[in-house]
Amino acid sequence: MTELTRLTLAEARDGLAGKKFSASELTKAFLSAAERANPDLNAFVTMTADHAMAQASDSDEKLAKGEARGLEGLPLGIKDLFATKGVHTQACSHILDGFKPPYESTITQNLWDAGAVMLGKTNMDEFAMGSSNETSYYGPVVNPWRRYGENGERSQDKLVPGGSSGGSASAVAADLCLAATATDTGGSIRQPAALTGTVGVKPTYGRCSRWGVVAFASSLDQAGPLAKTVKDAAIMLKYMASHDPKDTTSVNQPVPDYELSLKQGIKGLRVGVPKEYRVEGMATETEALWQQGIDWLKSEGATIHEISLPHTKYALPAYYIVAPAEASSNLARYDGVRYGLRIPGDNLIETYENSRAAGFGAEVKRRILIGTYVLSAGYYDAYYLKAQKVRTLIKQDFDQAWASVDVILTPTTPSPAFAQGEKSGDPLAMYLEDILTVTVNMAGLPGISVPAGLSAQGTPLGLQLIAKPFDEEMLFRVGQRIEDAAGRFPVTDRWWLE
Amino acid sequence: MQVDEATVRRIARLARIKITDAEATGLQSELSGILNWVEQLSEVNTDNVEPMTRVVPIDLKQREDRVTDGDKPDDIVKNAPLRENHFFVVPKVIE
Repeated sequence: MTELTRLTLAEARDGLAGKKFSASELTKAFLSAAERANPDLNAFVTMTADHAMAQASDSDEKLAKGEARGLEGLPLGIKDLFATKGVHTQACSHILDGFKPPYESTITQNLWDAGAVMLGKTNMDEFAMGSSNETSYYGPVVNPWRRYGENGERSQDKLVPGGSSGGSASAVAADLCLAATATDTGGSIRQPAALTGTVGVKPTYGRCSRWGVVAFASSLDQAGPLAKTVKDAAIMLKYMASHDPKDTTSVNQPVPDYELSLKQGIKGLRVGVPKEYRVEGMATETEALWQQGIDWLKSEGATIHEISLPHTKYALPAYYIVAPAEASSNLARYDGVRYGLRIPGDNLIETYENSRAAGFGAEVKRRILIGTYVLSAGYYDAYYLKAQKVRTLIKQDFDQAWASVDVILTPTTPSPAFAQGEKSGDPLAMYLEDILTVTVNMAGLPGISVPAGLSAQGTPLGLQLIAKPFDEEMLFRVGQRIEDAAGRFPVTDRWWLE
Repeated sequence: MQVDEATVRRIARLARIKITDAEATGLQSELSGILNWVEQLSEVNTDNVEPMTRVVPIDLKQREDRVTDGDKPDDIVKNAPLRENHFFVVPKVIE
């Protein structure tokens, strides 16, 4: 039998249905793989082994009785940003020390209601702020991929998995779980997917409930899956998405069966290629891959159209006003009084100041301060209001594009995974990682990253598809064509087992 | 936009984050760098452009005005670092 952890989510689902193995065996295999890899990869911040085995045993009963639900017995990783009742939920920040929520997020509840098994909580950039997973209080996550020299020799450099959902991406790529939950505020699902050879979906704003997901920038945050294949991502999203009365921005629209879109052809589909995405500093191999993607879709019968999204270059600077502004407001709740870390002071204000000084890391402080500055008296119009106006223009660019195209194809990132420490000293260089993904958040659109090739050094590269609001089916339909043409990119060199 | 050290300290005070002298110096150049970079937005003509308030056009939801949750004082104070019965404990604020 194939090693259980190598299976895709869809294969594992079929294997359980066909009684080839039990949910308990499957869960045990993942727990031991994660335990073995975690000292090297640091993908999980806590394992919930007993809980997982209890869930798996329930699933085995359901399977035996022929009462299996959609995700019955399938082991998942859950990003530390999702509230899980009685289990470590700290957004990988020191300030939430010891926090165990007395409630469950809507998305994770949906997953448990469908029979899924929680293996543990995955590592992430602190409060989802970062593009390399180096800002976590629990230390950096390591990408299971390594670079190789011309002679095929493996480099010892530790590569970043991208961020902020780096632990989820690393865990999926290294076969430590079948799939994982993630969140995307400026690229935090799609960028790590591209850097780890996994599939990541950022749904339309409002498709998945934000209730019980620790807030970063509320008008941009959206949860989605990280998975091994396009099909697995489609299965995951079907169960994550729902209408939730507890989130006022959650949209009341039926959730389609995304698996059905996978088999639809793309003949006659109009694919837009935005010229503004040929950004300065884009790796030549990334440009070549983009062209390859265009050729693949053309050969399947799609037509290619150059389009213009003129305000693209302003999306990232506008994001770095809007996101920190909303973050400074959202993170005001961490005061050392109601939950988490408390460092006493002589008076109440000093208690706040001490707790927040000790509890937040450097990047989070930087963003809170930027946000506080742009919202402070006299600056609101010049910064926040201006950025929200630019955001309207970015959305209008897309609205106009949809008149002539059905889907947009771009690279996910300008370049492949970089080494730890390479960009962490320069905030602006790190921010540029999201240059091709952030427009999608600013306009509230759905996007997917599909692995499509390898760099000269053997590390994965991803292509991004962008669709109209609530047309996730289009992403799965076209994404599947890319996966069919490119093949899959599983990690074969498991250096952490040596 | 050049941010001076006094401004960094004022902002940190507003954000209720204590910063050291070394942090103040570092933040001064980091914040100036970021604010200079976002300055490029001034190139964009936004006359007669409405600021974005929501990305997906949905009507504000309404629901029946009744209590749907609550009566969970134990849950609410459960994670508090310092508590007494069902109260959060803070340093004395009224003399």
